[in-house]
Amino acid sequence: MTDIGLPASIEAIRRVREDPYRLGHRPHGPEEPVEGTGQGGTGPAHKRILVGYGFWIFLLSDIVVFSCFFAAFAVQRDAIAGGPTIAQIVDVRRVAFETAALLLSSYTCMLSFAATNVRNLLWTQIFLVVTGLLGLVFVLLELQEFADLISRGITPQRSGMLTSFFGLVGLHGLHVTAGGLWLATMMAQLQVKGFRPEIVHRLICFNLFWHALDIVWIGIFTIVYLLGSGA
Amino acid sequence: MFGKLSLSAIPFSQPIPLITSAIVILLVLGVLGLITVKKWWPYLWHEWITSVDHKRIGIMYCLLGVLMLIRGFADAIMMRTQQAMAIEGPGYLPPEHYNQIFTAHGTIMILFGAMPLVLGFMNFLVPLQLGVRDVAFPTFNSVGFWLTASGALLVNVSLFIGEFARTGWLPYPPLSETTYTPGVGVDYYLWAVQISGIGTLITGINIVTTVLKMRCRGMSYLRMPVFCWTSLASCMLIVAVFPILTATLAMLTLDRYVGWHYFTNTAGGNPMMFVNLIWAWGHPEVYILVLPAFGIFSEIFPTFSGKPLFGYRSMVAATLFICVVSMMVWLHHFFTMGAGAAVNTFFGISSSVIAVGTGVKIYNWIFTMYGGRVRFEAPMLWSMGFIFTFIIGGLTGVLLAVPPADFLTHNSMFLVAHFHNVIVGGVVFAVFAGIEFWFPKAFGFRLHQGLGKAAFWFAFIGFWVTFAPLYVLGLMGMTRRLQHINFPEWRPLLYVSVVGVGILILGVISQILQLAVSIRDREKLRDVTGDPWDGRSLEWATPSPPPFFNFAVMPNVEGEEAYWGIKLRAVETQQLSPEPKYEPIEMPMHSPVGFYTAFFASVFGFAMIWYIWWLAILALVAAYAGFAWFAWRDVHEFEVPVEEVARVDRARRAAREAFLARLSQQGALP
Repeated sequence: MTDIGLPASIEAIRRVREDPYRLGHRPHGPEEPVEGTGQGGTGPAHKRILVGYGFWIFLLSDIVVFSCFFAAFAVQRDAIAGGPTIAQIVDVRRVAFETAALLLSSYTCMLSFAATNVRNLLWTQIFLVVTGLLGLVFVLLELQEFADLISRGITPQRSGMLTSFFGLVGLHGLHVTAGGLWLATMMAQLQVKGFRPEIVHRLICFNLFWHALDIVWIGIFTIVYLLGSGA
Repeated sequence: MFGKLSLSAIPFSQPIPLITSAIVILLVLGVLGLITVKKWWPYLWHEWITSVDHKRIGIMYCLLGVLMLIRGFADAIMMRTQQAMAIEGPGYLPPEHYNQIFTAHGTIMILFGAMPLVLGFMNFLVPLQLGVRDVAFPTFNSVGFWLTASGALLVNVSLFIGEFARTGWLPYPPLSETTYTPGVGVDYYLWAVQISGIGTLITGINIVTTVLKMRCRGMSYLRMPVFCWTSLASCMLIVAVFPILTATLAMLTLDRYVGWHYFTNTAGGNPMMFVNLIWAWGHPEVYILVLPAFGIFSEIFPTFSGKPLFGYRSMVAATLFICVVSMMVWLHHFFTMGAGAAVNTFFGISSSVIAVGTGVKIYNWIFTMYGGRVRFEAPMLWSMGFIFTFIIGGLTGVLLAVPPADFLTHNSMFLVAHFHNVIVGGVVFAVFAGIEFWFPKAFGFRLHQGLGKAAFWFAFIGFWVTFAPLYVLGLMGMTRRLQHINFPEWRPLLYVSVVGVGILILGVISQILQLAVSIRDREKLRDVTGDPWDGRSLEWATPSPPPFFNFAVMPNVEGEEAYWGIKLRAVETQQLSPEPKYEPIEMPMHSPVGFYTAFFASVFGFAMIWYIWWLAILALVAAYAGFAWFAWRDVHEFEVPVEEVARVDRARRAAREAFLARLSQQGALP
């Protein structure tokens, strides 16, 4: 399958804006539909669109996993079984630093992709390194938080609330760690092989993954930490 | 060194699993030996195990599903005979073994029998019907299949190393927590289902992307065959709810392995949270199974009635209606939880409302037959048997959806009869109809029709003789999963049920015979044209079996029932469309990554089950190394030369021209 420079979906969006009524209704309109978008009359989409699209669907499913852990936290928030409450265990100061590191890493991740779009290997790599380091800072701060809690005897085995707290936050941390491993592998591949189409496709997926983790973290930061500290 | 694993894990004291596993091991060794002696390994490795061809993967899925159906059926025979023999007595199965059997029966039938069959049909058919050459992510497709196979392997390993869960097919806590079930049985369940669930998710993502983004030119949404629509709906459900299963089982795993308190009945754990979460997956799951089954029937009824499907658009709307509403009914599995009248009412109404969508479909199928030229071939018999069976199953379902009635029938044999009524009558009948229907497409020859019809009648009658008594027993107060029975007045009905199982066994024998006879007579049953049933959708435009690239030239669809239009034109003009200009085709290369991943997934699962930590870590590292290694590959596709494409397609055209000529000689053409 062939690859294209710009995502054809951008072109499709432009046409939808200019003529909103053709959205999905007219595969055989007066104009020829855009090749490679996979919409209606044009035949299969380009590989690049397929990969991005499939990865979006994976991300949606991953967010469903998180939603279950969020639900568990909501159910068990008050199940403290005589142990500490959520307000007693959150340290908003540390979490503010964590959040800053993670959000900044999303920004640098986006910068790396801007460099990818102009095919600049050096800047892509530089921003990927920064992204990875900020992710590492985030994970280390989280580990410090966990170690601190556990040293005070606040373990997930203590109560239902702590179980779902450690489960939700830990699941996110696990995702960031896995993302870091992926990032390192991607950087090695990129260095050796350059901007081959399949490498760029994987970079798209990595970017989507990293930003999705940010979105999930916003949820955790708000629901677990901010609302928790106020409770 | 070996964690909890020791020689005592092998059930030397229990003759039934021991003898069964000895036979299974001998059979497997025999098959492996035969393959080695006949030097089939290179063929198997290159053409099947590493294949990323969606048709091959679909066929392997179906093979796995059929094998597991037989395993699950063996469990069913044991359960029915045990209950018949254990009236005021112990029977022949001790309780802990009987409990494993009903757990294994449910788990295997749903997750390793029906699911692979349904996924197999989707894999095989969706690209063919959409007029494209493969699914969106062929290599991941192979990974998905092998992960499912890996899960099935772990379940079957539990037969002779250790034990399986004794908790029922959904391991409700707190029973499934380590406090009450310390053995490895639940761990086998957790890891097997977890691994195969990830495989299913991969296939779901694949099919959704394929249907939404990879249709041939002109195949707009409302020209897609209904099977593609139902596959899309089913796979959207997979993407939406399999993560819930993954999350729920992960939580139970954490409870069991590190003593957390998600679902325990101490320290703030919440067992009902498990029940809610698992059914938020579990109820959509039955629609994941039955929607593609509806799709299969929607292909068969028009073909064997010689008419387009009645109410195509309402069929699509009903499919999507079921897809959405199926996620709003889960609480009807535990009305007795005590959520209160308002909650129960909501879920009672939503459970009844979902029957409307199914009702629309039933009427559409009936009206498709109305006024048509109905041919009573084996696929059609299964389909008509389905309508009858499924309506009864649906009606008892609506009865169970009424909370006050459900309080009387909850967990009774009435419930058991109901869900077998819809799953056997819906999914299993569909699968057998589909196998009869598409077997010639997959293998190039038809199945013996007489034996196929015999199989249908045995299965249909056997089903009713088995399960009708269970409805009555349920209303008489018999609960499910009883290892022995203290009510002699239930004896006659339990005996009738065993007779039904006997009839079902005859059905299974007919099907095995049918396969053997058909393979023997394959030259006589050869499908030369590629269109043995006078089909209507694009898969029948290919030769049987289709070449690995499916279509020499991508079709250009100009209306609903794409292939029917092409065929009518050819018959009217008495010639095929002019020969297209052939071009070389790029196809994905075969890849061992799926097999490799599944191998390490199996090792990882086994290591986790037996607490062999070093092996689990080793397997994870090896899996990661393998992934990086395969990702390093530079060449992903190869080119099929234009001569090869032209040769294959000219052979197809020659067969069709010969068929047209034969038609006009017979004076069949206008």
